[in-house]
Amino acid sequence: MIFETLSNVLASNALITAFVFVGLLVWVSYWFSETLTRGRVHGSAIAIAIGLVLAYVGGKYTGGKNGLADFAMLSGVGVMGGAMFRDFAIVATAFGVHLDELKKAGVVGAASIVIGVVLSFAVGAIVAVAFGYTDAVSISTIGAGAATYIVGPVTGTALGAGSDVIALSVAAGLTKSVLVMVGTPLVAKRIGLDNPYSAMIYGGLMGTTSGVAAGLAATDPRLVPYGAMTATFYTGVGCLLAPSLLFLAVRSLS
Amino acid sequence: MVIYGVALLSFCMLVGVFAGDLLGQLLGVQANVGGVGIAMLLLIYLTSLQDSRLHLGSPTRSGIHFWSAMYIPIVVAMAAKQNVIAALSSGWMAIIAGVAAVVASFALIPVLARFRPGDRHDL
Repeated sequence: MIFETLSNVLASNALITAFVFVGLLVWVSYWFSETLTRGRVHGSAIAIAIGLVLAYVGGKYTGGKNGLADFAMLSGVGVMGGAMFRDFAIVATAFGVHLDELKKAGVVGAASIVIGVVLSFAVGAIVAVAFGYTDAVSISTIGAGAATYIVGPVTGTALGAGSDVIALSVAAGLTKSVLVMVGTPLVAKRIGLDNPYSAMIYGGLMGTTSGVAAGLAATDPRLVPYGAMTATFYTGVGCLLAPSLLFLAVRSLS
Repeated sequence: MVIYGVALLSFCMLVGVFAGDLLGQLLGVQANVGGVGIAMLLLIYLTSLQDSRLHLGSPTRSGIHFWSAMYIPIVVAMAAKQNVIAALSSGWMAIIAGVAAVVASFALIPVLARFRPGDRHDL
């Protein structure tokens, strides 16, 4: 009876439950960071990695699409980590941003968005060709998925690709976003990701808002607004270029 | 009042997302184009006006700072709700395409960062 009452309370106050749950998760992660790695691995990087592992466990256990949030008691994690609160918090990080830094990266930052979309599309398309795809529609859809998991299905739907190819494009985009989350803190030093300027280029090249958001949080939270600023334009530019110019380019080559 | 800060932040986000949606429709794309970025620019603009027209008191600022500080926990929650299974279980092609795109993009960052105008300003 006690357990039933408790689970009812947790489920019907889902968002509040999520605050407690995430708070504990972050606390454990910072403890790990300090005691096991002596602060060498950022606490938030560990928290994000544990979050991804738990998402895997949740998906395996419930068979759903929303990781841990598919457990009724933890459905609040889905609200807290959903697009609404994510975008709200990203906008809030802009408070205190230096306008000069933004202006300095202006042209290169904008160019990095277009270069990023074309680069990811091209790489994805080459992989599709290497795996035996020959029709321009499938190649373009998979290339678009390598941009972000939103550009993929938008492009696939616009071009009339099959649902299996669209699913693959989403998977390519998801792989990208997960890898950006985990990989960014590991390579940050080597690629010079330590100032607002390179953070804006990074956001423009990577483009996956969730990947960039988590990757920078785990590297240096002060860089978040700069990376997010360019990343937020990426999906729109991708949806613009992939089904049009880039598709035409693929069709003329194949 | 704290709510002034939260309301200002919310207002910026709504205006930005609305503008991003309109921009998407104008371009004929089924996506929001830069909504969050526009919202960020609007917030930076409005809060930099504080000395003259719009005065932000300390409680007002704390309403914005709170949500800025909630950023990492929200990202942790976001990680915990990702469809990791779908990313890992749909075969090698999707994984290789995603990994290759990330590696190529990472490699290009130092190349583009070389076109840096002006001096180095570390945070």
